[in-house]
Amino acid sequence: MGYDITMRVWRGDAGGGALQDYVVDVEEGEVVLDAVHRLQATQVGDLAVRWNCKAGKCGSCSAEINGRPRLMCMTRLSTFEAGETITVTPLRTFPVIRDLVTDVSYNYEKAKTLPAFAPVPRDADGNYRMAQVDVQRGQEFRKCIECFLCQTVCHVIRDHDDNKPAFSGPRMFLRYAELDMHPLDTNDRRRLAKDAAGLGMCNITKCCTEVCPENIKITDNAIIPLKERVVDRSYDPLVWLGSKIRRRDQRSEPPPTPPPTTR
Amino acid sequence: MASGVTTAGRARITARTMRTDRWWLLPAVTVGVLLAFIAYSTWRAFEGAHYVAGPYLSPFYSPCLASSCLPESSHFGEPVGSWWPLSPALLVLVFPLGFRMTCYYYRKAYYRSFWASPPACAVAEPHRSYSGESRFPLVFQNAHRWFFYAGLVFNVILTYDAVIAFRDGDGEWGHMGLGTLVLLVNATLLWLYSLSCHSCRHTVGGRINAFSKHPLRYRAWTLVSRLNGNHARYAWLSLIWVGLTDLYIRLLATGTFADPRFF
Repeated sequence: MGYDITMRVWRGDAGGGALQDYVVDVEEGEVVLDAVHRLQATQVGDLAVRWNCKAGKCGSCSAEINGRPRLMCMTRLSTFEAGETITVTPLRTFPVIRDLVTDVSYNYEKAKTLPAFAPVPRDADGNYRMAQVDVQRGQEFRKCIECFLCQTVCHVIRDHDDNKPAFSGPRMFLRYAELDMHPLDTNDRRRLAKDAAGLGMCNITKCCTEVCPENIKITDNAIIPLKERVVDRSYDPLVWLGSKIRRRDQRSEPPPTPPPTTR
Repeated sequence: MASGVTTAGRARITARTMRTDRWWLLPAVTVGVLLAFIAYSTWRAFEGAHYVAGPYLSPFYSPCLASSCLPESSHFGEPVGSWWPLSPALLVLVFPLGFRMTCYYYRKAYYRSFWASPPACAVAEPHRSYSGESRFPLVFQNAHRWFFYAGLVFNVILTYDAVIAFRDGDGEWGHMGLGTLVLLVNATLLWLYSLSCHSCRHTVGGRINAFSKHPLRYRAWTLVSRLNGNHARYAWLSLIWVGLTDLYIRLLATGTFADPRFF
């Protein structure tokens, strides 16, 4: 059964823009992206919106819905009160291109600075071997769909654009953690996480975890363990001494990649 | 030049947040509860009296190590001697205070509620610049694990206090009153809070990459990880209960009412 909803959608580009009011006819069971598509099809054919899978797996339709960073395709219209105005804006941390589409290349530039997986030599039979228990830990991190909601909600860059050169953000810390915890990886990324990625700037206020559509415990399972590893490496003399005496943890430190040009 | 969500190039929206829910409620409640605890504990720490009632010793004054301690409270002698001019509580409270101040959960709580950094997710913070925990003084948050180790010592002492609360006022075993139960719950909650700590999780096994080679530590990490999921709950419960424990003992010590005796 169809019904009408009131929507406010931000329209404009880098030069300026404003919230525009619309009344949109929607159906039971639809999501915000359906409403945006109907708006595009029936009223404003030039409305720019990025989307792809409509199943919460491609991470394309990230936006801010009533001020909260969310995937439009995973936000049911039934979660709003009857008569409530649904406000949709582009991500407010990245430069806007047009309407609901932002330039998220900051994230890809940061990804380039992260040293790639550097595995140990293969076994004699040419295979790599990992126990299941070791595989499981990193599986959670691999659920990331790169929607960048964690990046957009992170106040370190959202509220301080000048931090972008020095701070890589939660999504990249997820990757740092995944690689640093990998039993076959040979690189020691703790110093890079601290110095090049700006891990110390994170004050663990957990907004990244709150908005993750994949329910990855970014703060508890990636950022804080990474911070503890950095403490081992840089702030705990006993652990440092122990690793030297017992000759454990003799991983190599990859050279930092030159900082990227960020917008 | 504008920074944060009003940075040039981003979608031009002047509102600090577009959130329509009561995002301010949780930080406001956090401020209220923490301020109440700080006010009460500061008053009690400086009061220097009414901290022993029969076999019960207030956790704010345990261990009592100065010559100014009441005789029945000096379970571990008076190693500090008489040079300490202030309340003996101040000698010991610095350790649990440091443990909680540097706790990853409390950091989230007070950064959000007291420092508004950020006040809530996707709500712009009021500060013009931000360096997080990368510089003095907040870089000292990395000392959390040292306070965790000290906290374990205090837990042993407070467990000892709970055990000797099975004696009566004359030192005879086989007594149990409501105060004994209060001290037992207090020790249990403090153990749960400490063992669910992120530094504990890292220490018991989180720093290992190949769990399969350390089955016992993996088992310990799994158990602590389970507790860690409730760390915030234990943080609040143990904080409130330790205050109530002190209040209960003060009410007994001032003769406001008698301790109900089970046997």
